[in-house]
Amino acid sequence: MQLKNRKSLALTASLAAMLTIAGCHKKNPAPPPPPAPTEAAPAPTATITASPDTIDAGGQSTLTWQTTNATDVSIEGLGQVGAQGTQTVRPTQTTSYHLIAHGDGGSADATATVTIAAAAAPSAPSESNISEQEFEQQVKPVFFDYDSYDIRPDAQSAIQGAANFLNQHPNLKVVIGGYCDSRGSTEYNLALGENRANAAKQALVTAGVAPDRLRTVSYGKEKQFCTEQNEACWQQNRRAQFTLDQ
Amino acid sequence: MGEPYTPGFGQPFNAGEGQDVAKKNGNRMIVSQTKKIVAVRLSLFAAFLAFTFLIPSSIQAQDWVQTGSNLPVQKIRVAAADLKAASGDPQTGPMKSVFDQTLYNDLRYAGIFDVVSKSMIPNATPGSPSEINLANWAAQPSNAAYVAFGALAVSGGRVTVQAYLYDTHQQQSAQVLGKQYADNATVENTRQIAHRFADEIIERLGGTPGIAETKIYYVSEKSGSKEIWVMDYDGMNARQLTHLGTVSLSPRVSPDNSRIAFSSLGRNGWSIRMYSLDLGRLVAFPAWGGTTLSPAWSSDGTKLAFSSARSGDPDIYVCDASGNNAHRITAFRGPDVSPTWNPKSNAQIAWVSGRTKLPQIYIMDADGANVSQMTDGGYASAPSWSPNGQFLTFAWNRRYGPGAPGGEDIYIMNIATRAWVQLTHDAGMNDAPSWSPDGRHIVFQRENGGRSEIWMMLTDGTDQQQLTHGGGNSQPNWSWK
Repeated sequence: MQLKNRKSLALTASLAAMLTIAGCHKKNPAPPPPPAPTEAAPAPTATITASPDTIDAGGQSTLTWQTTNATDVSIEGLGQVGAQGTQTVRPTQTTSYHLIAHGDGGSADATATVTIAAAAAPSAPSESNISEQEFEQQVKPVFFDYDSYDIRPDAQSAIQGAANFLNQHPNLKVVIGGYCDSRGSTEYNLALGENRANAAKQALVTAGVAPDRLRTVSYGKEKQFCTEQNEACWQQNRRAQFTLDQ
Repeated sequence: MGEPYTPGFGQPFNAGEGQDVAKKNGNRMIVSQTKKIVAVRLSLFAAFLAFTFLIPSSIQAQDWVQTGSNLPVQKIRVAAADLKAASGDPQTGPMKSVFDQTLYNDLRYAGIFDVVSKSMIPNATPGSPSEINLANWAAQPSNAAYVAFGALAVSGGRVTVQAYLYDTHQQQSAQVLGKQYADNATVENTRQIAHRFADEIIERLGGTPGIAETKIYYVSEKSGSKEIWVMDYDGMNARQLTHLGTVSLSPRVSPDNSRIAFSSLGRNGWSIRMYSLDLGRLVAFPAWGGTTLSPAWSSDGTKLAFSSARSGDPDIYVCDASGNNAHRITAFRGPDVSPTWNPKSNAQIAWVSGRTKLPQIYIMDADGANVSQMTDGGYASAPSWSPNGQFLTFAWNRRYGPGAPGGEDIYIMNIATRAWVQLTHDAGMNDAPSWSPDGRHIVFQRENGGRSEIWMMLTDGTDQQQLTHGGGNSQPNWSWK
């Protein structure tokens, strides 16, 4: 998840500079640009395919991608991905997967489209019968470390369980609430809660849930699950909570 | 003579924790007295190296806090006589006490006066210049350099106040101020008249406009949900402005006092809402989607900075006062929130970023260039920029960590030198400071064993006053005038 290496940071900085220039229409506002590479870097390449490229509603397709000379690879809607890989997706509507590879030598992109065959209404289980209780039993909250919004390894099973349930019930829409413990700044915790909710959203999207089914709301430290002042309680409050979007 | 000015104690940036001198008010007096003795000793015994280490840094801090915040070295000794009741109307007494109490408090809170205690003033209520004996006010124990006095009358539903300020050491032309005020006879109007007269005195003797007529906007849970409220700067006259029944936070009044921008939780998350003080209701403001928070006005009222996660990650944006032309000026992964403009130039913005994990205060140009980190660790949040552009005040927990109970305190920092001074000590969790328009005061929230309440203090950390009592009150924002 984390962009730790120097090249990515440099790239992020130059992207920030580009955004800043584009956004402000002012002369020369950019932070100092990263040092230019001393010799020309090879241009990246990118390819992506979907197999099959046409599926029935509720079906799945496998994306396979490959890049070279790239330091930062992402698929729009899925977020950061490895330089090469495969992933199963279950789009609910015809979806184009846009692969973008950035490297020192430039950038490259490629697109694969998964088409949903015109089909009768999905025969998935009737969604209206899903109760809040049943939903909560199946879709567990994701807990976070102190002042962090990284998905912990021990949260992967919660993410996978939530993704499986949502993929089995493709008509359900979900609100992801981001929560923080009671310590620290009100405003900062609202921003941190947004990062937590969004991290959970990205993890579900990576696990094949369509992003348009997921909505994030930050509650910061405004709503607490537990009000005692101890670590056990704080941990309860540092979470992304899934609820039905009704 | 008045008490000597007691400095706030601070350390230069990166000072060791061992220099955390004089934590409590009690200690503060002792150190102040010790300092004089030390000065003598130092001339005799050059060996007191420990003291030479300690004293210069606090003197330095004292200098920059004092010069930058208009706090005087020597406070002016001022007395306020109770007004003379100049009418028989039964409302006269109650209104007179409201005026007397309000004026006394305003002078006391101003930060530039040593106000003579009511028990030390001459037992007299001169109603006019011909009735005052200035020598009595200049003499011990009153020892006042200036005296405020006058008369209040209620008649025909109108309250009239004749108010004077005299220089006790002038034989001729002793009058500094002579004012007449009239309004409908209500307690509230009388209180406002006292505020107006106090501001006249403060401006005349202190050189800059006072704050007695300013307001504080804040969040209160008194009604059961977090709503935006307003009160006078002294905590009186509180009233609820919004009735949204959800969570409303971060009120920021516009520089012309006409609108309040704030953030509010709706069905689709957080958005910036706009409340018109002229119309007494919410007015349209665009909702962009994505957690949008913590608005901040530029001092010319033409722009707002805020935090928005419309791109998926919270960043700082700037838009016009109408909400148009929003554009992003940061692109850092992680939380970016709580912007505040340099009100002197509107060319810089300070804000809080979690780009290196724990939140720190940063400064950048208003277009996003020239980012520099101001705090060097711990958990720093909620910056507010001083009116003269020289300082930041913010909440800082320098020993923050998982499981650490942590006291969160209010600090100010000299932006040019990054020297800082801790203003609150050992008094719970202090947060959300906001600078007064006169630069001499800071209003903040304190949670000390109970619910959060709003306090104010002088910029050197002295004269801490609790303004709200009960109900849960937070995130104060001082009006611009």
